[in-house]
Amino acid sequence: MSANAKDLRHPLKRARGLGSAQFGVSHWWTQRTTATGLVVLGLWFVVLVLGHLHSDYATMRAVVARPWNAVLLIAFLITMFWHAVLGLQVVIEDYVHTRWKEIFLMVAIKFIAVLSVLGGTLAVLRIALGA
Amino acid sequence: MAETQRPLSPHLQIYKWQVQMVTSILHRATGIALSVGALIFVWWLGALAAGEDAFNQFKICMGSPIGIILLIGWTWSFFYHLCNGIRHLVQDAGAGYAIVQFVRSSWASVIVSLLLTLIVVGYALSAGGAA
Repeated sequence: MSANAKDLRHPLKRARGLGSAQFGVSHWWTQRTTATGLVVLGLWFVVLVLGHLHSDYATMRAVVARPWNAVLLIAFLITMFWHAVLGLQVVIEDYVHTRWKEIFLMVAIKFIAVLSVLGGTLAVLRIALGA
Repeated sequence: MAETQRPLSPHLQIYKWQVQMVTSILHRATGIALSVGALIFVWWLGALAAGEDAFNQFKICMGSPIGIILLIGWTWSFFYHLCNGIRHLVQDAGAGYAIVQFVRSSWASVIVSLLLTLIVVGYALSAGGAA
């Protein structure tokens, strides 16, 4: 073999840096970015809930309706489900070896996540806007 | 089945259990549990938006013995995934890979998450309210 055959990849493929999965490092980076966000949002949410263990329905609605709380709850929803999809995707890739089941689950978790985020966001907005 | 007599990789029952593999498995398991918990979070928001009856229904379900057990499970899952997630972020930065540090941080994830769960569950039970 000649010396220049050491790397069988085309130079363009290496330059694009997308790897065999075609997504490059975007999955890895997005997982870490959402994780960092969830550290802050998760702790904030736990403190919020612990502060309202005894709150009645009207108080709880008023708490969610506060602008900062509403914004952070929606941010929490989006970040949580985004991170969940990325994590579940890896679990499915690792353990589901039947191709059609794998694709079905991959699509299903995305549909469920998007509907959950939309539903949760609508709920927060209804409370925040008093509808 | 293949008839070749290739050596098999040792399976789970044969491995000597080590804390590092426990933390890895638990990170996935708690991640899956939290994905289900995320749906309960959406239910909570939806019930709060839908009206007092729906919200009371949610409170009855989550305040039942099974509900409380699930909430405690999600609390620990959250704190474990949080602690071990921060550990992973530190390792992603390239730190803590020496075997001694790796084992020590594994134990830290398990122990700190249990302590935080104890504090939060203890506070919630002493405050006398569920959800």
